[in-house]
Amino acid sequence: MTQTTLPPVEKTQPVSAPHGTISDRSRAERKLGWLLAGPAFLVMLAVTAYPILQAVYESLFSYRLTDPDNRSFNGLANYWVVLSDSLWWTSLGVTMLITVITVAVELVLGFALAMVMAKALKSIRPVVRAAILIPYAVITVVSAFAWQFAFDINTGFVNSWFAWLPGVSGDTDWFGGQGTSLFVICLAEIWKTTPFISLLLLAGLAQVPEVLQEAAKVDGATWWQRLWKVTLPNMKAAIMVALLFRTLDAFRVFDSIFIMTNGANNTESVSFLAYRQTISRLEIGLGSAVSVLLFLCVVLLAAMFIKGFKVDLASARGEG
Amino acid sequence: MSNRRRRGLGGGAAALVLASTLAACGGDDGGPPTLTWYTNPDSGGQAEIASRCTDAAEGRYQINTAVLPRDAAGQREQLVRRLAAEDASIDIMSLDPPFIPEFAQAGFLAPVPEDLADRVTEGVVESAIEGSTWDDEIVAVPFWANTQVLWFRKSVAEAAGLDMTQPVTWDQIIEAAQSQDVLIGAQGARAESLTVWFNALIESAGGSIIEENADDPEDVVLGLESDAGRRAVEVMRAVADSGQVSSAFSTENEDASATGFEGDRGGFQVNYPFVYPRGVAAAEAGTLDPSVPEDYDAAVYPRVDPDTPAAPPYGGINLGIGAYSANVDLAFEAAECIVSEENQAYYFVSNGNPASLASVYDDPEVLEAFPQAPVIRESLELAAPRPQTPYYSEVSGGLQREYHPPSSVDPQSTPEAATSLITAVLAGDQLL
Repeated sequence: MTQTTLPPVEKTQPVSAPHGTISDRSRAERKLGWLLAGPAFLVMLAVTAYPILQAVYESLFSYRLTDPDNRSFNGLANYWVVLSDSLWWTSLGVTMLITVITVAVELVLGFALAMVMAKALKSIRPVVRAAILIPYAVITVVSAFAWQFAFDINTGFVNSWFAWLPGVSGDTDWFGGQGTSLFVICLAEIWKTTPFISLLLLAGLAQVPEVLQEAAKVDGATWWQRLWKVTLPNMKAAIMVALLFRTLDAFRVFDSIFIMTNGANNTESVSFLAYRQTISRLEIGLGSAVSVLLFLCVVLLAAMFIKGFKVDLASARGEG
Repeated sequence: MSNRRRRGLGGGAAALVLASTLAACGGDDGGPPTLTWYTNPDSGGQAEIASRCTDAAEGRYQINTAVLPRDAAGQREQLVRRLAAEDASIDIMSLDPPFIPEFAQAGFLAPVPEDLADRVTEGVVESAIEGSTWDDEIVAVPFWANTQVLWFRKSVAEAAGLDMTQPVTWDQIIEAAQSQDVLIGAQGARAESLTVWFNALIESAGGSIIEENADDPEDVVLGLESDAGRRAVEVMRAVADSGQVSSAFSTENEDASATGFEGDRGGFQVNYPFVYPRGVAAAEAGTLDPSVPEDYDAAVYPRVDPDTPAAPPYGGINLGIGAYSANVDLAFEAAECIVSEENQAYYFVSNGNPASLASVYDDPEVLEAFPQAPVIRESLELAAPRPQTPYYSEVSGGLQREYHPPSSVDPQSTPEAATSLITAVLAGDQLL
């Protein structure tokens, strides 16, 4: 059985004026477009472009916040310091590990939850949706504290509840090693953001045409075959958008690490490194360089998704 | 209620809020000038002192308090960023002593008038004066002085045959804890408390984290590779490997130490004085057997070597006056009121934060609330501050990275690794 998607719809091309000249009407439309989008565009410039450009500018200086008089231009030296430091590469590795693990688990779990939300009885559907969304409504710092308290050797219940598991005992110090710390951090992240992914996937599920499902049913396809050959191919765009958003989000992980380990035992993420240099050390130049590199990583990831996996953001919104 | 009426009410409320906000911003509305005191979180003592001093000022000024983040590092981060932007609303600040040099060097603290400096350092314990000094000048007003003491269970020490009236060493404590199978509490978490512990060890061994201070960070000479530095590592490792520390030693902070000490295996711990009121409060609340805090006693911090006096940790809070404050003179006046003998005694008794004025320790009320007050006073006279440098967070952060976890420090390699890391970080050649 091959994958079943609806045949591409022939888009009707707009009837436009001959090339080269712009009609009064389209000129007016263009003007209206700018008028409508202009304010938002300006706000975006002010809150996004300006800080990014300032960070790029600051990253070229040796500049300590408490010592502004000795601020001096040092070109790309900050980038060299960052990239030649093993701590940067360790942090990058940790960040990628957290990203891959959490996004993979969240995708599977989120899809299952989306199916539950879509198929739940009409009477309990609102309750199910609200229940699934609650973790996403919790502030990340609060959720990080909750998970930390749960796993803490003094205040936690995890050690006594799960003592029957091999490797867990009353003396298990979850935040005493890199592996166990990252395990708890990933768990907290997964718990917190799975609802987000399931919400996006729910929207995707709703887009799968019921006619295809019925046709497959008539052809004798099993539930599993329909899932893999009909449902998933038809919601590829939604899945990719969910993956893209969550990957970019997960790559900037900070709160859980800050609360649970404060970077101990090699659990620093790239964002945490930027925080340490900029806010703790007050080395604005060095910290900006880390932030700019983090920004470039995120841009690279986004580009990979959009070009590599051909994610069409417009189609996910049903505009295609 | 109709929609229109509801909207009218909402608009009225908004106007009211706006009006009151504007009034608060005005300041020149005839009332006394308002001083804002940025305090570290406590059990309400600083807010009470603020209101007492407001009353005592008889309308010349009014002190409002604003609470800073939980930990000292967070407090510094917030204050530094605001002061770097020349925030005029910061009049009085409760400052953790290690960060005072950084603030002073950056010009964030208003210079203390000489006559006031003389008055507020009279009769103050030595470590608190040192903690308020930068470049041989008093830059902050000593408020309360904290120190760690050696807390022990009387029954345990007796059973182990340890004479606690004489100074004891870390080795003796490890031996006693092993013979009685009880816990030794110390702060092994990767946090400021680890620097506090390590600094006390190296100072007790006769060394210092910073051997030669300098304004230029690249000229700072570290003393980690000295004999004292290596001896400190040996003690740290011996405690971590003694088998008598909590299984979560690498994440143990002051609270965790106190919790372990309250438990069945409680034996010894180095910790701040809050341990005692905490135990008494728990007994009063019924969550702890009253016989437990009755078994508590305190001695001066353990020695590293039998013949060298210990150098216990010094902490606490000193008051800095914001350099950009619009009411510097009044702020100094208020600070002098805040640190009065009466207020320090009140703060000691009610919040468990020891005074920096030596005379407070003779107050009968203080002695009743804190039977260990004489030990605390003795400890404060011996206490050594953490390295005083404007680059304190780099030094402390570097130490925390290399000396954590305590079970993996090595007297041969850790001092070298830490020295090269901190030197590189100070020179701006490495990340932290």
